[in-house]
Amino acid sequence: MHQELIDAITEMDEEAALSIAGRLLDEGVSAIDVLDDCKAAMEVVGKRFEAGECFIPELIFAGDILSQIAKLARPRMAAAGETQHKIGKVVIGTVQGDIHDIAKDIVAFMLDINGFEVTDLGVDVAPEAFVAAAQASGAKIVGLSGFLTLAYEPMKDTVAQLRALDSGIHVMIGGGQMDDQVRDYTGADAFGKDAMAAIALAKGWA
Amino acid sequence: MLPENFASLTQDEKIDARLADWVSTEGKPFASPEIAETYRVRAQRYADVMRLREPDRVPTSVVTGDLQQHFMGVTLADYFYDYPKSVAAAIGFYEKYPLVEYFPFSNFQPGPVFDKLGYTLYRWPGGQLAADQGYQYVEGEYMTADEYDELIRNPEGWLLRTYWPRVFPGVAGLAGFPSLLGALELPFVPFAMSAIGSPAVASALETLLEASRLTGEFNAHMGQLIGTAMFAKGMPVTLGGFSKAPFDFLGDTLRGTRSVMMDLFRRPAKVQAACEAITPLAVKMAVDAAVGSGVPFAFLPLHKGADGFMSDADFAKFYWPSLEATLRGIVAEGVIPMMFVEGGYNSRLERMAAANLPKGTTAWLFDQSNMANVKKFVGSWGAIGGNVPGSLFQTGTPDQMRAYVEQLMATCKPGGGFWMSPGVVLDHSTEENFVAWLEAGNEFGKY
Repeated sequence: MHQELIDAITEMDEEAALSIAGRLLDEGVSAIDVLDDCKAAMEVVGKRFEAGECFIPELIFAGDILSQIAKLARPRMAAAGETQHKIGKVVIGTVQGDIHDIAKDIVAFMLDINGFEVTDLGVDVAPEAFVAAAQASGAKIVGLSGFLTLAYEPMKDTVAQLRALDSGIHVMIGGGQMDDQVRDYTGADAFGKDAMAAIALAKGWA
Repeated sequence: MLPENFASLTQDEKIDARLADWVSTEGKPFASPEIAETYRVRAQRYADVMRLREPDRVPTSVVTGDLQQHFMGVTLADYFYDYPKSVAAAIGFYEKYPLVEYFPFSNFQPGPVFDKLGYTLYRWPGGQLAADQGYQYVEGEYMTADEYDELIRNPEGWLLRTYWPRVFPGVAGLAGFPSLLGALELPFVPFAMSAIGSPAVASALETLLEASRLTGEFNAHMGQLIGTAMFAKGMPVTLGGFSKAPFDFLGDTLRGTRSVMMDLFRRPAKVQAACEAITPLAVKMAVDAAVGSGVPFAFLPLHKGADGFMSDADFAKFYWPSLEATLRGIVAEGVIPMMFVEGGYNSRLERMAAANLPKGTTAWLFDQSNMANVKKFVGSWGAIGGNVPGSLFQTGTPDQMRAYVEQLMATCKPGGGFWMSPGVVLDHSTEENFVAWLEAGNEFGKY
């Protein structure tokens, strides 16, 4: 672990974080190790988010710093033939009729950082597309995002079709107007208020 | 009619004068004296709530985004493209649900106008979306980071020459609109007029005129609808103007969510300066429309200041100061701003209270905030409403709805200053839950 890199990210010091990451890579530190540092930093940011000590701007900004570091690290990782260990597969998307993507993108990104192989289907995704992606990837976890109340019906349809495919698939829903009543209505296994909740749910199911 | 000495009145007197004018039935073409009286009672009840008085009962009002369309069996695209059908459906809705006592608005919009302008910010039903898909914003960065300085220096000039062409490709020629200094000296005028007559600018102006003409067609139907609602049904119109928090103007559809969140770290001073630059425009937009319509309320949906969207420190630094200035500016003109507080605002209530906004001059429609705390921290100085969840309308039962309304009334009704409303713009509900909500509102709302 390189604490100075972790600190730079958690302190939202973009310039320092990029400079330290570049230096470490140039010094021959493996790309995997640098990305593990990033992951450790995001865990700190995530914990602070859960504790109400940091918020969406910090998640987005730390995520952006991490993406920039990943851009530096990934070519070296590929060149060295290194791969990251994945702990599970998740299919995620915003349901049919809804084109909001910000929250879904944050959840997808945080799942990726936390070791999941994420298939992000984008927005306005038909139930059939979720089913096809779950089938193709073998994912046992599906995340349905929706910002509007119009998302309830397509969520319900999607859950029903996923259950018909495989009763062992876990489905979580999230978004501005989701609550336990909607979870019950749609037949989903759980709802999460934010990205940290989604990670906790996915880890519980992986 | 406002008094002749309106300009010299105090702020409170201005608000009362505008409210009295709005409540008054004098000179308004009501279908009968009975309907005029129905209107007056409802409007007075609402005005009492806004001024934190206790009326005879809690008024129940709703903004029915797409609900009318679903209930009346027309498509969302019809409400964008078929005006006569929309007006008939809306009037049918009022007749079917007589407990809807205030003009409920809806997503009745002029699709051909957006088509003419080539509006890129949104997708809408019957345009790029299917007939039954609600209109939605397309997240994006519509102002680049290097445009902050120009926005701050000259907001309306930048909006006119850069932003309008960007989001209305149909008026791209506005990029060449000349300097307004061209009117300041006689010899300058021909240069200005020549620039306006250039093919690109002239074409943009012609497109604007055509879009305006198309809006006029829409307005005729909207006028018919509002006229029927008010003068034949006695329904007061409760929203006269619209605006937003300056930070939301910047973050929603200029920089976009991702970019503005990162700007808090990368260029915080520019974010603050941009919010300050937008503030007078935000005030003017609300006041002009409210004054022009004679409806002394301006609707401001609040977005990015909600719980979780930023820290309290950032809220205090980036979001609240320009919002507070906007509210004070609107109130100074005798108009009551009504904030639609989307998401949760539980962590902001104490700060709002500490701002000491003048009593009885603002109204707050809450989505998911704790209403006991809302009553405690806001209820003593601002009118409050909202909170009935959209999920309950769509997935609950009438008994659950009744119980929710009863509890909400018990929390918020005492002492007045409260109106009953969903916590959302209502797009979906079962019919029985909607009716149960209206009935429970009346039953439990009596003082």
